[in-house]
Formats: sequence, structure tokens, C-alpha cells
Amino acid sequence: MTERFLGKDLLGLEPLTADQIRFILDTAEPFKEVSERTIKKVPTLRGKTIVNLFFEASTRTRISFEFAEKRLSADTVNVAAAGSSVEKGETLVDTARNLEAMRIDMVVMRHPSSGAAQFLADRIRSNVVNAGDGTHEHPTQGLLDLLTLRDKFGRIEGLKVCICGDILHSRVARSNIWGLLKLGAEVAVCGPASLLPLGIEALGVTVFRRIEDAVQWADALNVLRLQLERMHAGFLPSLREYNRVFGVTVERLEKAPRDLVVLHPGPMNRGVEIDSRVADGPHSVILDQVTNGVAVRMAVLYLLAGGRPEMAEAAKGRAGEASE
Amino acid sequence: MADWEIRIADWWRGGLACAAAMVVAGTRNALLDARGVQRALQRMAKEIVQFAEGTDRLVLVGIHRRGPELTQRLARLIEAEEGGSVPWGTLDITLYRDDVGTIGPRPVVGETHLPENLDGRCVVIVDDVLYTGRTVRAALDEITDFGRPARIGLCALIDRAGRELPIQADIVGKTVRAYPGDRVDVFLQEVDGRDAVELVRGEGGGGR
Repeated sequence: MTERFLGKDLLGLEPLTADQIRFILDTAEPFKEVSERTIKKVPTLRGKTIVNLFFEASTRTRISFEFAEKRLSADTVNVAAAGSSVEKGETLVDTARNLEAMRIDMVVMRHPSSGAAQFLADRIRSNVVNAGDGTHEHPTQGLLDLLTLRDKFGRIEGLKVCICGDILHSRVARSNIWGLLKLGAEVAVCGPASLLPLGIEALGVTVFRRIEDAVQWADALNVLRLQLERMHAGFLPSLREYNRVFGVTVERLEKAPRDLVVLHPGPMNRGVEIDSRVADGPHSVILDQVTNGVAVRMAVLYLLAGGRPEMAEAAKGRAGEASE
Repeated sequence: MADWEIRIADWWRGGLACAAAMVVAGTRNALLDARGVQRALQRMAKEIVQFAEGTDRLVLVGIHRRGPELTQRLARLIEAEEGGSVPWGTLDITLYRDDVGTIGPRPVVGETHLPENLDGRCVVIVDDVLYTGRTVRAALDEITDFGRPARIGLCALIDRAGRELPIQADIVGKTVRAYPGDRVDVFLQEVDGRDAVELVRGEGGGGR
């Protein structure tokens, strides 16, 4: 019996194998071209219904998923927590079961609680794509960062990538660490001690306390956003001080022994974790990340929608010219 | 019989059945050798120019896999005969298939590169084997998303029976009598290291 290559859901990069991650990145390549066409649409997911369930604010990820879905011809519905029955006290499972009763095929969910995607995936039959759950994982962001690095360097293996800033609250950091390590990159983190999780070295990453050391070591910096909305406990003395000590500035990048590539998952706090001159400068691949985001998400949706073993068995009886 | 005895008996019977099937199924018959492929392509190149009434508006489009290699060769043959350059592109129809739910566990999506605006051009689709017609149906859909050609033609190295859609080729290298379950393998120098077309007999026409 053939197994589905990706399984039913995409919840994180931690449970995936290097082979699976590489295959998603390879599948994303041809999808880039679809977005360059005059008619940016292929009929692949025609008739599939996808619900984008966003319990947390998002612009980039939601729009990126929506573009990916629309360019694959799926029908989409956006549900935001504000203005939905969630405000009336409906539980996550009830919301999802009600949606499923309307015969949907996939759910793309962002949720403030870690593990929410797994919780949902265990309880509904539709495919679940995690678009960020609390401080756990944000797999499609991890994948698009990997794709951008691979585009830029031609490889991931042996690459030195430093993730800078607020590691503690960052699901992007976690997905990046898993993905990069699995594909054979060297990973470091750099940030103030109050924003580094205790025992992070156990994952196999190096820790830098000074951004200057990270700049000397790395091929690429992935600069994370300071998640001001999650910081209520006085993690930092002030934003100005953070910028002075940890901000990625042109002056710091110029001291690097090689040309650094700078990534940022957005939205940027310009003048806090990253200077405008870096964000808009030649080191930055931030807009490439956004472009690749659509391609990666198309690949994920395509791979989850297809490859159902029971259907593949049924199709074997038919002559399949297209498969040869 | 004891459990282990049954297992051994099953294993033995399975082995015999396999051996019997191998004699009938899996037989390879050469349909075209390297010279035969070359001659077929030369004739097809001439017919393509006739079909397109010259090369002014001609665009060749090869369908993955093997189509792009055939297309490149046909383009070179036409250029040698007619002069000038013949624009050609490649097409991957995976995203236009009518059976997304049934794609295998490891579906490979190839790249699509079409040379330019297709409006008003004479597009000739090039495929290695024309069988059910579903690939061509998908290719037609994809091409129309790129523009409005004045005319679309179909050119196949091998034409075999088994059509599931009302589609026929305008230019054919060789027509082959094949039963359901049979397989036609096309080998090309660029991909497989040799030029040949072979017919592989399937199991008693029962399909796979």
C-alpha cells in the first residue's frame, strides 16, 4: 500500500524527513513560473474548498496562502476570529466540525496556542496546514526561507545560518532550526539572554551573545521580528538599546568577511531589529522570500491534495497516459 | 497443514505463477532502431513545415517527458532544411491533469517554458507516444492559457490504439498495433543513451 508522501497534514518541519523537505522545495520550483504567467492560474485544485482559519493577525501569510489557493483554482473562504462565532465562545473543535459539515477539503490555520494545529488535525478528516501555532512552528515560513537560501547559494548543506533576535517567542526560529539542521546546514542563534530559550544548545545550535560574532561566522542572517505583542514581562530595557546592541546595521555588515545574505520573515520593525538601509539594500532577500512564499505554499497544497493512496489504487485500472 | 507449510506452499505457487507470466508478459519487441527513429524524425520535420506552411509562424512545443528532446531535434532538422531559427518550448501538463486526487505519492512537476506570445502562431505539440489522448487534452488547455494560436497541430513519434478522447495526430512517426496492457517505451540518446522504440507485451490484455 502506498503511503501519502507528506501524510494528511503539514504541522511542522520537525516530523518531516530531509527527503520530504527537499521534495517540497523541488516541487516549489515549477510553481514559481506559474506566478510569472499572464494568466496566473492552473486548474489543479478545481473544485477543492479551502478554509483559511486565522485566529491571529496576519497579512503576508494569509494573503500568500490565498494567492497560492487561487492560483491553483481552489475555492477559498476566509474566517477571522474577530467577527466570527469564536467571539461568541465557540470552541475550536466545534468551529472546525461545523466547517467540515459544509464539506471542505482543507483547513489552513493560524492560532495563538502552540499545538493547536495538531489538536485540530487529530479531530477532523480534512487536510490541515499549520500557518503558525503559538510559539511552536510555522512550517511554510521555514520552507520559504530554505527555498530562498537555496536559490541564493545553490545549496543548504554546509551553509552557516544565524537566526537573530527573539528566539524565545518565535515559531519561525523553530521551523528554521529543524529545516536547516535536517538539510545539513550549521545553525546558530544570537540574541539577548532574556530572549533565548534555556537549553537551546541541546538542539545542536551554536549560541552567539554578540551580533558582531555572528556576523563574523555566518553566510546568512535570518533576522526575526521583535514580537512586541507577546512581550509583557520586561524582556528588554528599551527598543533603542536593543537596536544599539543587536540591530543589524550596514556598519556591522560591512565588517563581515564575506557578503552576507539577510532574511526577515516580516513584518519588519525598521530601526529596531533591522535598519532600513539593510532592509532595502543589496544584502536583503526579503522580497524574494515573499515571492517564494506563494510558490512553496502552492507546492504544499498540491502535495497534500494529491497522492491519496486509495484513489491511486482505483486509478491504476485506467490507462494512464499522463503518468508515462 | 501447519502454518509454516502453508506459507512455503504459497511462496512456491507464487514463484511458479511469476515465472509463467514472465514468458508471455514482459516480452520486448523492437519497433524502431536508431536509424528508424532518425528516418521517422526527418520525415516528420518535413511534414511539420508543410503543415505550418513554412516556418514563419511555427512554434514547436514538447510535452514532458521525452517531448522536449524530440522537439529540439525536430527544430534542428527543420532549421537545417529551411534556414532561420525555429522557436520551441516545453510544456508540463501535470497541473492540468484531470485526476489530481489520484496522483502518486511522489508526483514530479516539471517546468513549463514557452518561447513567446503564442497569439496568431501555428503551434505544433510534440509528444513521444499518443495513447489515451488525455495528455494532449491537458496540453491544449494549458496552451490556451498562454495565448490564442491561429492553429494547433499534434505530432507524435508513436501512435498507438487506446484513445479515451476524440483526439488524433496530424503527423505520426509510426503507427503501432498495441493491446491494452502493452507498453510502448521510447528511448532517446539525450536521456537514455540510445535511440530506440520498443513494445513491451502486457499480461493478456487485462490492463495493469
